[in-house]
Amino acid sequence: MPDATPAPRKFEPRIVAFFCNWCTYLAADLAGTSRLKYAPNTRVIRVMCSGRVDPQFVLEAFARGADGVLIGGCHPGDCHYQVGNYKALRRFRLLRRLLREMGIEEERLRLEWISASEADKVKAVVNDMVEKVRALGPLRLKVPEEVFAEEVAA
Amino acid sequence: MQEPKRNGNGAGGVGVYVCHCGTNIAGIIDVRELAAYAAGLPGVTVAREYKYVCSDPGQEFIKQDIRALGLGRVVVAACSPCLHEKTFRRATEQGGLNPFYFQMVNLREHDSWVHTDREAATEKAKDLVRAAVRRVRLHQPLERRRVPIDPKVLVVGGGIAGIHAALTLANAGKKVYLVEREPTIGGHMAQFDKTFPTLDCAACILTPKMTAVRSHPNITLWTYSEVTKVDGYVGNFKVTVKRKPRYIVEELCLGCLECIEACVYKQAKVPDEFNLGLGKRKPIYLPFPQAVPQVVVIDPETCIEFKSGKCKKTCVEVCGDRLAIDFKQQERIEEVEVGTIILATGFQPFDARRIPYYGYGTYPGVYTALEVERLVNAAGPTGGEVLLRDGHKPRTIGIIHCVGSRDEHTHRYCSRVCCMYSLKLAHLLKEKTDAEVYNFYIDIRAPGKAFEEFYNRVAEEGTHFIRGKVADVYPEPNGTGRLVLQAEDTLLGLVRRIPVDMVVLATGLEARADAQEVRRLFNITCSTEGFFLERHPKLAPVNTFTDGIFLAGCCQGPKDIPDTVAQAGAAAAEALALVDAQFVELEPNTAYVLEEECSGCKTCVPLCPYSAITFVEAKKKAEINEVLCKGCGVCVAACPSGSIRQNLFEDAQIFEEIEGVLAHA
Repeated sequence: MPDATPAPRKFEPRIVAFFCNWCTYLAADLAGTSRLKYAPNTRVIRVMCSGRVDPQFVLEAFARGADGVLIGGCHPGDCHYQVGNYKALRRFRLLRRLLREMGIEEERLRLEWISASEADKVKAVVNDMVEKVRALGPLRLKVPEEVFAEEVAA
Repeated sequence: MQEPKRNGNGAGGVGVYVCHCGTNIAGIIDVRELAAYAAGLPGVTVAREYKYVCSDPGQEFIKQDIRALGLGRVVVAACSPCLHEKTFRRATEQGGLNPFYFQMVNLREHDSWVHTDREAATEKAKDLVRAAVRRVRLHQPLERRRVPIDPKVLVVGGGIAGIHAALTLANAGKKVYLVEREPTIGGHMAQFDKTFPTLDCAACILTPKMTAVRSHPNITLWTYSEVTKVDGYVGNFKVTVKRKPRYIVEELCLGCLECIEACVYKQAKVPDEFNLGLGKRKPIYLPFPQAVPQVVVIDPETCIEFKSGKCKKTCVEVCGDRLAIDFKQQERIEEVEVGTIILATGFQPFDARRIPYYGYGTYPGVYTALEVERLVNAAGPTGGEVLLRDGHKPRTIGIIHCVGSRDEHTHRYCSRVCCMYSLKLAHLLKEKTDAEVYNFYIDIRAPGKAFEEFYNRVAEEGTHFIRGKVADVYPEPNGTGRLVLQAEDTLLGLVRRIPVDMVVLATGLEARADAQEVRRLFNITCSTEGFFLERHPKLAPVNTFTDGIFLAGCCQGPKDIPDTVAQAGAAAAEALALVDAQFVELEPNTAYVLEEECSGCKTCVPLCPYSAITFVEAKKKAEINEVLCKGCGVCVAACPSGSIRQNLFEDAQIFEEIEGVLAHA
């Protein structure tokens, strides 16, 4: 009889990616047509602009079990909607601070400017992020009771 | 084909169609398992997998299932939505549903083509399909907005591509604005001597088209002008054009050229741009004899009147009561409204100085191919006699191929035309000088109609071909003034050193230095090499990702004259198809305000880059002008009360997608 207990599954980070329709989504398409190979851990959700990414989307992703969230937009100055990526940047900066307060490591949220021609960058960013998040291990959000306990102890 | 599974969810269920795309998807993703998995998802009525869902029979399944099984939503898991979203929306509509009751899953570009692990790729596919199924159930029926199209067309760039596109459209009865940066149209083709492989003279075939542009009642030609601003969207662009002062009143100049004769400069002293500095011009000049328009231009950098204000102004004197010269002419701004735009902004030759060991700019005997075009041209600076900078006729000539092409230090791509123009120049130089001509090549690429035959002809004429990349160009040690080309002949396996009088560098074609600025101006994208990116390399080669903007000629990538003209015709046809439809349907992905929930905080108002949001004082609510909204969703993400929503990208839909991709067991 083989051992009934299954070997512990290797941790594979789950990364939700919000890619803008005009730059990063196209870059990911180009990575496909160029047959580049990268880690299969991302799940891309298409938005028209990185400026559409509501911080709640990111929080929701973490709450639902994502180990990392990647936002991809056009380079500064290149936004299809002129300045949407700057709005994304501002929200990203604020959000990262908030996440830190929640005990979510900085590397778990990433904003990258990837233009439509930068298929290589999609590959590099995804692989790099997967590695970094893998090193961090699974995201474990604290339950309120733990937070209360910490606050009382402090 | 798998038997459809009924989940018994009743009317309005989801149909999922998994495409094999031959082996493109099915080779990596287990499509059977995926379809079986999809069939078990809540709300799914039917899940099928098929070899090519985009084919007619594939689409027919969708339509039949909508009717027979009463489907309410459709999910197709296939290629990128950029490719076939429209196809499947149409199929959904033809099946009897609102076309926006559809969601596409990108299994090919984002999954099977980029992953090698079958299991992981299949798991990813399941996550993506699950997300799409959850999302599509929240889709709302939407109407596409119809906006009228302005039938006028703007063509940017007056080379052969722009000229051909403008003439085609004008002949079809459309009003065309042709904007050219230089004082004349003609572009690079006007600088060429003869054209390969037929050896017809470039000017003879180009200049009739140039004059046709000038005289065409439907074409407004603005030379010495640049587009500075582009607003609006497909069908309704507002374009600002800066018209640089040429200090000549175009309408009054007759092109008699007496002013050039009369200029206080008795000798032409200024390096002449058209002849690449091999000839001289005066401060008042016509770029070349067949320039269109036949209107001179004054160069304020060198004109004495501009420099000192103390010129005798003999040009004004001789112009007399024609009064065409106006030293006080100012830059003018024109604003035009057009429905579509064709970009034909061309290329720039690779700067040979970037490869210092070829000695361009150091050794006077080294020329670029374009310079040689001018040297062999009968209207060129030497009257068509091939004379070196020292006045001698060359007896041996070396042509170095692939300068700035097929080289990882400069450009990796092949510039496509250099082999053929090198053969042409070899023929012309041999014909004019009877010199020994050596071609140093990597491979000869002659894949066009009658190209290989031309190659054979040139080889039979006695031109030498040495397969090897030139590694060095240096002066012959004994002071003969000749230059030695050193290359490894890879057919002989020997290093060869060939002394020549003249070196011709077959420089490649590259994107113009300002391609990035132009790209931003027109809101389009560039490929990795810097050329403008077409929407699809095969199926939409003249479209861009911005609707209503088309590409023609070398701004999209290196190509020869026949291909450029063909592409310009294609761009004109696309533009024509668009404007002749008289209206255009826009994506309905606009934002809207839920009035009862809006608190009137005005957060959204300054965020909109298109000023589409106004605050209505009477109601103390924000209002979005649907016509101005372009659907970026910045305001939606910013609204603190969640009262701005976006069609096709509703928060609820995106939340479903997020939960969907993460919901696996």
